[in-house]
Amino acid sequence: MPILALSNVSKRFGALTVADAVSFELRQGEALGIIGPNGAGKSTLFNLITGNIAADAGTIVFDGRDVTKLPPMQRCLAGVGRSFQIPQPFEKLTVFENLLVAGAFGAKKTEAEVGDRCAEILVETGLIGRANHPAGGLSLLQRKRLELARALATEPRLLLLDEIAGGLTEDECGMLVDTIRTIHRAGMSIIWIEHVLHALNSVVERLLVLNFGKIIGMGTPDAVMASREVREIYLGIEV
Amino acid sequence: MAWLDTIIQGVLLGGLYALFAAGLSLVFGIMRLVNLAHGDLIVLAAFLILMLVSALGLNPFLAALLAMPLMFAIGWALQFFLLNRTLGTDILPPLLVTFGLSIVIQNGLLQGFAADSRRISVGGLESVSVALGPINVGVMPLLTLASAIAVIVGLNQLFYRTSLGRAFRATSDDPVTAGLMGIQPKRIFATATGIAMVVVTIAALYLGTRANFDPTIGPARLIYAFEAVIIGGLGSLWGTLFGGIVIGIAQTFGAAINPEWQILAGHLAFLVVLLVRPRGLFPRAVD
Repeated sequence: MPILALSNVSKRFGALTVADAVSFELRQGEALGIIGPNGAGKSTLFNLITGNIAADAGTIVFDGRDVTKLPPMQRCLAGVGRSFQIPQPFEKLTVFENLLVAGAFGAKKTEAEVGDRCAEILVETGLIGRANHPAGGLSLLQRKRLELARALATEPRLLLLDEIAGGLTEDECGMLVDTIRTIHRAGMSIIWIEHVLHALNSVVERLLVLNFGKIIGMGTPDAVMASREVREIYLGIEV
Repeated sequence: MAWLDTIIQGVLLGGLYALFAAGLSLVFGIMRLVNLAHGDLIVLAAFLILMLVSALGLNPFLAALLAMPLMFAIGWALQFFLLNRTLGTDILPPLLVTFGLSIVIQNGLLQGFAADSRRISVGGLESVSVALGPINVGVMPLLTLASAIAVIVGLNQLFYRTSLGRAFRATSDDPVTAGLMGIQPKRIFATATGIAMVVVTIAALYLGTRANFDPTIGPARLIYAFEAVIIGGLGSLWGTLFGGIVIGIAQTFGAAINPEWQILAGHLAFLVVLLVRPRGLFPRAVD
């Protein structure tokens, strides 16, 4: 059974179609990359999956359960975790508290139950040294790591990463990708939107290409990168 | 020693103003909601305590204890079903709705209890005092200040030591992201207002036992609460206590000079603080 299945999901904002009959499945434990030009509807697709935007048509099945009509909070409890393109930490809470809140409410447990796991996640994501600092004082890399850590603290079964490598230096990007690869190898299902292709392709098994809300290509990274349409639309290479 | 006595009476009075203000500060801090009906809710709670005292013959402290869960429920429902609908980017709807609520509560109380001035009797405890060195201090004012400190310690513990408190702070930071973390902001807001109403009940007990009250005195208490919050600096509960004490001392000194100057002196102290430190004495937040 796939962990996530979208069938014919559509969304329009006025005259603009941001999701046009999108259908795809994600296998349990699979990592899928999503690429496409700016405005192709990538983040919108995440918003549809997390429930921040309601779909006009189509169904979203998560883990065998139709979640199309569920509010974001219940999808979070069901196991959909998300990191944002622009990090949105709770700035006045400490890094550890950010995780405690996510763990206690996102996984419906007591703080005592989630405390140890939160500390582990901070070690995994390299943030343990900043645990008791207010999240508002973190650097960009640390904020991105916190996005990832906080999503993990909700004990997700599916992790949605939105341009987590964007804006980082080459070294920082490499470190973050290593962390994500480790999490994926431990069995986490991941959907990852990214413009930094080499980072994406070193982790994901499949790529999905979006343009104007429509899927225009899907397959292994090599096959997708070799496709003429993708090269024209996304990479802007005249073929 | 007269001036020392005046200062101590002022500090104790400040405890009452801090109790008025703590609930207001709590609600504003978490959801940026300015509740213009806050003073009337204090008066409502005072009438509730009075009703429990006269109907069941209870001790006022016991009556206040009984009124707390009732007021929590009222606050929870008020926030969940009414005030949550007014929250958004526009700051006008909550002001208009709570202003309307203030009028509704005042007139509801007038209808139910008439315009007579009432008082909650604590059976002689009003006139009991203890000697602190050369100064005699009333037991009730002392209890008021002690309760204000206990409320502030309690709220700070709640904020920084509990899961609910972290949810309050997270929701106050960013309600949308909090929703994605499994927090339900509307329920968190309702719980916060419920807790504010418990504090309001404590304030009402000391308001009703200290002096006479009638259905229309709410807005004047709201002014003192606002002044205490602003003098202290937004977002700091200890600052709010300090703000209450500043107004309290100003009022007792004003009254010592001339009884007619009591209220004016409190407002003047507020104006001076606004002139010198527009962001309050202990501003915590930059927003």
